[in-house]
Amino acid sequence: MGKLLEVNDLEVSFKVHGGEVKAVRGVKFHVNKGETIGIVGESGCGKSVTAQTIMRLIPQPPARIKNGSIMFNGEDLLKKTEREMQKVRGKEIGMIFQDPMTSLNPTMTVGAQIMEPLIKHQNLSRKEATKRAVEMLDLVGMPNPEKRIKQYPHQFSGGMRQRAMIAIALACDPSLLIADEPTTALDVTIQAQILNVMKDLQKRLNTSIIMITHDLGVVAEVCDRVVVMYAGKVVEEGTVQEIFKNPQHPYTKGLLKSVPSLDQDKDKPLVPIYGTPPDLFSPPPGCAFCDRCDYAMNICNKQDADKYHVSDTQYARCWLLDPVAQEVRSK
Amino acid sequence: MAKYILQRVVMIFISLFIIVSATFFMMKAIPGDPLTSERSVSEEIEQQLRAYYGLDEPLFIQYVKYLKSVATWDFGPSMKYKAQTVNDIINDGFPVSALLGLEALFLAIGMGIILGVIAAMFHNKVPDYISMILAVIGMSVPNFLLAALFQYYFSLKLGILPTAGWGDSFEQTILPAFALAALPTAVIARLTRSNMLEVLQQDYMKTAKAKGLSRLVSTFKHALRNALLPVITYLGPLIAGVVTGGFVVEKIFGIPGLGMQFVTSINNRDYPLIMGTTVFYSIILLVMVLIVDLLYGVIDPRIKVSGKGKGGE
Repeated sequence: MGKLLEVNDLEVSFKVHGGEVKAVRGVKFHVNKGETIGIVGESGCGKSVTAQTIMRLIPQPPARIKNGSIMFNGEDLLKKTEREMQKVRGKEIGMIFQDPMTSLNPTMTVGAQIMEPLIKHQNLSRKEATKRAVEMLDLVGMPNPEKRIKQYPHQFSGGMRQRAMIAIALACDPSLLIADEPTTALDVTIQAQILNVMKDLQKRLNTSIIMITHDLGVVAEVCDRVVVMYAGKVVEEGTVQEIFKNPQHPYTKGLLKSVPSLDQDKDKPLVPIYGTPPDLFSPPPGCAFCDRCDYAMNICNKQDADKYHVSDTQYARCWLLDPVAQEVRSK
Repeated sequence: MAKYILQRVVMIFISLFIIVSATFFMMKAIPGDPLTSERSVSEEIEQQLRAYYGLDEPLFIQYVKYLKSVATWDFGPSMKYKAQTVNDIINDGFPVSALLGLEALFLAIGMGIILGVIAAMFHNKVPDYISMILAVIGMSVPNFLLAALFQYYFSLKLGILPTAGWGDSFEQTILPAFALAALPTAVIARLTRSNMLEVLQQDYMKTAKAKGLSRLVSTFKHALRNALLPVITYLGPLIAGVVTGGFVVEKIFGIPGLGMQFVTSINNRDYPLIMGTTVFYSIILLVMVLIVDLLYGVIDPRIKVSGKGKGGE
């Protein structure tokens, strides 16, 4: 399996009144062809900014890409001109957003919105594009697609709108689909349907997916590998099995512990991660998690840990994995 | 749809009845009458004149008579312009005002929307500032001053356009149309700008960009239509206002339009003319508002006009 996308040392800052917020601080991960990776982390950890930077959708200014490269099919997306990026967006990389209620244009028919990228990127005639739009809606499991393409978004339910969004994103058969919290705004049964549609389409079209979410249930459901982000950095990466069975970073452990389970005693309190993430206005010099970490050591405050590989596929940025910290770990 | 329009038309007639009645009684409540300003005539002649115009009858009888004649689209003779009926005056003046008004309207919509879109696309940059300075000038400089300035520069100094007059050439309409368009242009530009700024922040604009559309295409295809709704709200009263004439502009450019009749009729206490112009303006306004409401449904599919409930909201 070759690498489709490789994000290297990406740094993104936002210029705000009186300084800059370092939203993404050296993120590195890759996506293989045909696989699904999950990017998880709490609000404000930089997952969405990373995703939108790949598509170069973040407004510059106030955002500024300070460092790094995003290699997609061997080309650096950050070096492309806006015009070149227009040929990547929608054609090579599709994107789904969080809120399907606001992501579709209310004054255009759903069909026209699906046809737009087809006409733009594949030079289809209106007739061919209409045919393809019907096919796409059928593919995402929409009943009566011929009737549906003539309708407006307000005539669709939330789940149906998200299906339409998937149809738009996949219309031109992109090799990568970025889904930015695609199920967050939907209720649970619809979430499961949407995830099934995505999994199904991935198998058929062999698309790679970057699934951005804070829902570990979604990750377990669809992802092959997981990237855990915290305060603008990747703190742990591994396969789904490794992350769920053998988490290494205390933050990952905390996330997993905070998920309530069905068979849990109902009187047992939930286990939160106490505290708040650091202010990215002036990020701490050491590990960003150390203020909230039960296992914090002296060094954690001063210096951020390097990558410690646990296996070929799993690594974490935590001093606890250093051989010197064996003693603390065994406690 | 047909039911909705029918309902609205009935509402228009009810509104007109109220407007006619209110204007009639308010007009009568002003002290004096059309004969007050006449040179002193003998008691007898004045009596005869009153009888001729029906002013000696009880107020209620006058009111009923007037309602009857309005219902048959007869506004009666003018008291000031003896040779003309009010219908004649409206028939002569309205086409002139309407032509000038439509010209101004196209200018205002075109320039206003373009200025507004440019301002929004270059938010807080030089083009934005230039557009908004133009808009502030358009809103705050009265059109008689603009008209005079236009005449001074374009006619006297540059000599490229005629100073005044009407009906001889198209050039004569250019300066008054621009003078009349200044205020609505400014209002439309500001409305368009603020709505565009809001729409450009919407999630679906990000979707449009993620499809690979260029900025220009996404702005005009996706943003503009959503941003124009509030502008259309403003168009109803605006159209009614400009097609029935801008009094000052018509006066300055010597245009025989309807606008000046509005004002002079009040000074002259020309009862039938006051009533006629008011009713005429009301009809245009009400029809325009109805058309605007119907247009909503065309532009925004979420708004469906129906015969149920109160109007089309």
